[in-house]
Amino acid sequence: MSLYLLCMVLMAVGIYCMLVKKNLVKKIIGLGIMEYAINLFFILMGYRQGGEAPILDKQTPIANFVDPLPQALILTSIVIGLGVTSLMVALVVRIYEKYKTFDINEIRKLKG
Amino acid sequence: MKETAGMSIIVKRITKITVSLIFLFGVYILLHGHLTPGGGFAGGVIIALSFIHLVLAFGKDVALTRMNLAVASVIESLGGLLFWGIALLGFLGGYFFLNVLPHGRPFDLFSSGIILVCNVAIFLKVGAGLFSIFLALALLRMPVDDKETHR
Amino acid sequence: MLPFFVIIPLGCAFLIPLVSKVKEEWTGLLANLCGLSLLALSIKGIFWVKTGVKIYTVGGWLPPFGICMALDALNACMLLVVNLIGFLALMYSLDYIKKYTSPGLFYTLFCLLLAGLNGVSVTGDLFNMFVFFEITSIACFALVAFGTEAQELEASLKYLVLGSIADTLILLAIGLLLGKVSTLNMADIARSLKVTGPDNLVLYSTGLFFVGFALKAGLVPFHAWLPDAHPSAPAPMSAMLSGVVIKVVGIYALVRVLFNIIGFSAMASEICIWLGIISMIVGVLLAIGQWDFKRLLAYHSVSQIGYVIFGIGLGTPLGIIGGLFHLCNHSLFKSLLFLNAGSVEYATGTRRLDELSGLSSQMPVTSKTSLVASLSIAGVPPLCGFWSKLIIIVAAFQAHHLAGAVACIAVGMVTLASFLKVQKYAFIVKAKEAVSVIKEAPVLMTLAMSILAFLCILVGLCVFPVINTVIKPAAEVLLSGTGYAGWILGGR
Repeated sequence: MSLYLLCMVLMAVGIYCMLVKKNLVKKIIGLGIMEYAINLFFILMGYRQGGEAPILDKQTPIANFVDPLPQALILTSIVIGLGVTSLMVALVVRIYEKYKTFDINEIRKLKG
Repeated sequence: MKETAGMSIIVKRITKITVSLIFLFGVYILLHGHLTPGGGFAGGVIIALSFIHLVLAFGKDVALTRMNLAVASVIESLGGLLFWGIALLGFLGGYFFLNVLPHGRPFDLFSSGIILVCNVAIFLKVGAGLFSIFLALALLRMPVDDKETHR
Repeated sequence: MLPFFVIIPLGCAFLIPLVSKVKEEWTGLLANLCGLSLLALSIKGIFWVKTGVKIYTVGGWLPPFGICMALDALNACMLLVVNLIGFLALMYSLDYIKKYTSPGLFYTLFCLLLAGLNGVSVTGDLFNMFVFFEITSIACFALVAFGTEAQELEASLKYLVLGSIADTLILLAIGLLLGKVSTLNMADIARSLKVTGPDNLVLYSTGLFFVGFALKAGLVPFHAWLPDAHPSAPAPMSAMLSGVVIKVVGIYALVRVLFNIIGFSAMASEICIWLGIISMIVGVLLAIGQWDFKRLLAYHSVSQIGYVIFGIGLGTPLGIIGGLFHLCNHSLFKSLLFLNAGSVEYATGTRRLDELSGLSSQMPVTSKTSLVASLSIAGVPPLCGFWSKLIIIVAAFQAHHLAGAVACIAVGMVTLASFLKVQKYAFIVKAKEAVSVIKEAPVLMTLAMSILAFLCILVGLCVFPVINTVIKPAAEVLLSGTGYAGWILGGR
């Protein structure tokens, strides 16, 4: 139970970072923390008491495995996170080229 | 600031040995994707890392002679089209994405039908894609000014 | 037949980078071919679904173990909207994209966007829907920043930050539901939740779903990205964003999860109604003072989506019919308005209303179609917008929700005032000095705009056939609530 709460705290830290911090690079790190927290939460969901890694082998018969479905979902989610992070990094690099700063209080051409 | 081509000579010597080992390791992770953890995505990332290793150690000009952006883009599209084609091939069996290639015996290298070909397709796309992303970010020239810009 | 909705745009998206290395002009034709075939498939889908729910099991794995694609009346309605606006936006962009530098990239991203939107509409599995969500989001982020001017990058960054928070919250909600019922198939989750009944976990994940989907749909107070992102995108992409994306990814997903999976409770109804009323009022009040044409249209999007959520939140059959009909109508006239704004910008180079003047003589097609669209959004009979607003107001009176009904009528009048201002400054009043020679937009752009205007008038005149064919079966799917599960799993 406490592990789930720790995941939620980590995700709250990530959302705080993305919304409150003024430096754009810190926002990218916040996105990363948020993604890792949600992936950890999913894998925790799949844990079974006393289970082993769900790899089928010639020696290991089908024994008490943890749930492999969330692990497959998380592989997908990690790849998606990679895509979004690389897009955000590219955007931040271009914004630095145009605005010459990483501070979001200076990046305010759209108002109203 | 004069741009030096890569890092020191020790790094260059070691890189010549380790790049091929990293490449081989990536191919191993790819081919055993249906038997051990890993598969197409992890193998693709490791391959892209071997090319990035070249860029970091030797500077981007040497790495670009090995694989330039146009070739990477074509490989990426071919990877995507291969995956799409394999999925369409499932229609021969009646359903989209059905496992139509022979299944073989369990725990063999060439078992489990289309999973191996799908892994190769993902590997091509992810490897070429990651390398293109890295090159696109590394080739960008940042404007150098005199006044203080960091906060 | 069902997976072709995803196969065709994905294949085109992978082919277009290769084609663009050979010859750049063929990319536009390939994308338009893809859009036309998708439109034909979705029209066929509307008539195909009359004989019952169609299910397709991907890879031969039966549900609930495998991913299944399900086509019922609500999906068919959404698919028609997506593919119609997608095809017309592609036709428009054949000429519009000449202002930008790389058409191959634009068409790749646009086909990926179409693949994602079709995938969200057609799938029957919750995590599969999330994966297609992300495809749509990434394509949207990249397309909003397509011009790479300073303002467009800033708008895309705002959209990216809020959009990825929304995606993560939706994934968290899916994870919580997965932990409770151990299955991802939508019908199976509905069945399990009906057996175990509501408890705190389901309530928490409903709240997370609400916040995530409301962020994507642009409801107040989560609308902060919308007025920046919609004007900055190229015009066909603005039409897609405002006309389709916020509806499929926001409203359709919310409605599917709320009605068919979790079950529509009274508290959810209250939240929907109040979110709708606040969005309506705030959107239109912020829109009056705008002088940028596209920003004004973006604020009006916020207000009209408030109408849709208010209608659907009422929960009565008439309310849901009104909400869904307004959703389809809004796609038609809002896309038309954004395409008009794009062609005005193409011809004159500016978007500000106080710099434009008297275009009605120089751009006849644009001004006539924009007149049709403005009258439609304001709710003037006999155009389509009037009928959907009328149905929502009557449903509000029927449900004894007088505050909502009065808000609808008042917001409608303010919308009319706002669009009269647009018509006056952009098209009717002539400037004192001579302006430079302004030509009408090229043929393909005017063709796309005229088709949309013709559809606005046609839907307005033939209201009852349209409602009975397309909207009423969709509303019945929603009203049957968790009975949806029986169709998918029982019809195996």
